[in-house]
Amino acid sequence: MSPAAASPFLRIENVTKRYEGTDAPAVANVSLDVGRGEFFSLLGASGSGKSTLLRILAGFETPDSGHVFIDGRDVTDLPPYERPVNMMFQSYALFPHMSVADNVGFGLKQDGMPKAQRTKRIEDLLDMVHLGSKAKRKPHQLSGGERQRVALARALAKHPKLLLLDEPLGALDRKLRESTQFELKALQARLGITFVMVTHDQDEAMTLSSRLAVMDHGRVLQIGAPNEVYESPTSRHVAEFLGAANLLDAAVTGWASGIATLACDGFDGSFKATAPSPLSAGTRVAIAVRPEKIRLCGAADDADNKLHGQVKDVAYIGDVSTYNMWLAGARSLRVQTTNSKRGGAMPASGEELWLSWDAADAVVISE
Amino acid sequence: MSQPRAKLPPLASLTPYLWLLLFFAAPLGIVLKISVASPVMGQPPYTPLYEAGQWLINWDNYRLLFDDGLYIAALLNSLKIAAISTFVTLLIGYPMAYAIARAKESHRSILMMLVILPFWTSFLIRVYAWMSILSTTGLLNNFLLWLGVIDQPLEILYTTFAIHLGIVYSYLPFMVLPLVATLSRMDLTLLEAAADLGAKPWQGFLRVTLPLSLPGILAGCLLVFIPATGEFVIPDLLGGPEALMIGKVMWTEFFSNRDWPVASALTVALLILLVGPMIALQSLRKREAAADAKAATP
Repeated sequence: MSPAAASPFLRIENVTKRYEGTDAPAVANVSLDVGRGEFFSLLGASGSGKSTLLRILAGFETPDSGHVFIDGRDVTDLPPYERPVNMMFQSYALFPHMSVADNVGFGLKQDGMPKAQRTKRIEDLLDMVHLGSKAKRKPHQLSGGERQRVALARALAKHPKLLLLDEPLGALDRKLRESTQFELKALQARLGITFVMVTHDQDEAMTLSSRLAVMDHGRVLQIGAPNEVYESPTSRHVAEFLGAANLLDAAVTGWASGIATLACDGFDGSFKATAPSPLSAGTRVAIAVRPEKIRLCGAADDADNKLHGQVKDVAYIGDVSTYNMWLAGARSLRVQTTNSKRGGAMPASGEELWLSWDAADAVVISE
Repeated sequence: MSQPRAKLPPLASLTPYLWLLLFFAAPLGIVLKISVASPVMGQPPYTPLYEAGQWLINWDNYRLLFDDGLYIAALLNSLKIAAISTFVTLLIGYPMAYAIARAKESHRSILMMLVILPFWTSFLIRVYAWMSILSTTGLLNNFLLWLGVIDQPLEILYTTFAIHLGIVYSYLPFMVLPLVATLSRMDLTLLEAAADLGAKPWQGFLRVTLPLSLPGILAGCLLVFIPATGEFVIPDLLGGPEALMIGKVMWTEFFSNRDWPVASALTVALLILLVGPMIALQSLRKREAAADAKAATP
């Protein structure tokens, strides 16, 4: 590893971790880079290995193989107390026998910072998270949201180069979670610290992250900016995990300049979808199309992709409506429309409709 | 969070109070009564509290406790022996409890059973066993002679050291059990948090584990210190004639001197001495809790 100027701030290189007594590795040969100042998310369901990976970054677990570099330095075998990394725990892990101020100042005292300086720093941190008036309280005397902010202040106290967040908003109720999301993002932008967050909540990952990695069974399935991963999923799992997706099994019939023509199982006519790399005819693939990309159209309308279906049920949510459609062969399709006009006519359950979408709005998933 | 209390039949809910009344309050009342009586020859060997229209209260028994240096000396010696033994018990019990609390779930119950196992044998027999181990012709001396570490038997039995040993051995489970309870309840993520914030394992222990296990330490120490102070069997069997402990003095007053009033006064004095600090501790804790609550109200 040469610490070249272009080298990323955090580099995870071929990291594998297998827990004793388990067959499948918790983390399987993961490599990824995180740039300085990024807000990076590890997104996945429980058991996807995201938490284990975070614990490896914190130093609580040692990988069986592979390396972790922070700022060009190999920290793989460094114990947690020697890493320039701090973590915000999912349970917050606040010391119950210490006041809020002592919790925040724990790491500073550990480093032997003089008392006067420490007091000042604690004050600043508590002001930053709007808890200046509660410095003397014990953790059990705080609300969930307040505890969360103490945990954040404590993790930031030592000016870590890298802040790890384990489901930081998971224990908050929905309303508080939304407001906290924006605070967290603003804070990260202001401090310029690199954040790596673990979450199972795709909305949270999409809202907060500059980039994210979708994990499943210990592997990284896809890495990219939230919109890239959402608009161009490369696997079924990612398409289904990140938002809702309709997946139609198909076979490739042709490919030209980034657009594949396909024959969709059980439907007449040909379909078109985006495929960046060439595909040979006959390849089995799936077409992924997001519900909000599908339009309701007339029978005579011309479109890249067109299907006929029957409305199974309608969910009117206010800003949007979601339709579940029956297609030929007892398959269903999810369609979402924006209710941009007041009093617009709405299809009713049982009604037969035509649906269409553009080739650019559907992607071919070849796996 | 509060669960609806199951309704107990009135009689059942009174059982604990009845128990306390019968086996604590009533005997205590009797002891208090005897402690202010005067000794007489006869059956019972003390004067009644109220006779012929007047109260017969005799404070001389309590005065004697202060006037005769023997009682104070015995009391101080008991407190000293109990304090040293409790401290040693803590030093041995804490690592034991720590190991049990951090052992695998499946091993924990076996280890706990091993701690409790000695209780299956009579306490008296176990103390007698120590006599045969510690005596000049006992197992320990024979073993040390055989090893060649010593060339003549050590005088261990009938010394204060033997009393300490006996107390530490007998009361160790009372130290270990509350400590295991506290330590196994601890959230281990807290230690990760401490390590994350720069604390080496021993620093994490000192700053997190130790303060969080204080209630267990306190409970264990009280469970050892209080009975050890009044211990009679161990000093009687393992200690020498110079081992002056309050329990033994009490026994002598009751059975050899047949001076029940003085023995009762001694009992009451010991009770006050032991219960006093406990009540003080309790009120201190309450005050701390109140201070916490005060900090919580802006």
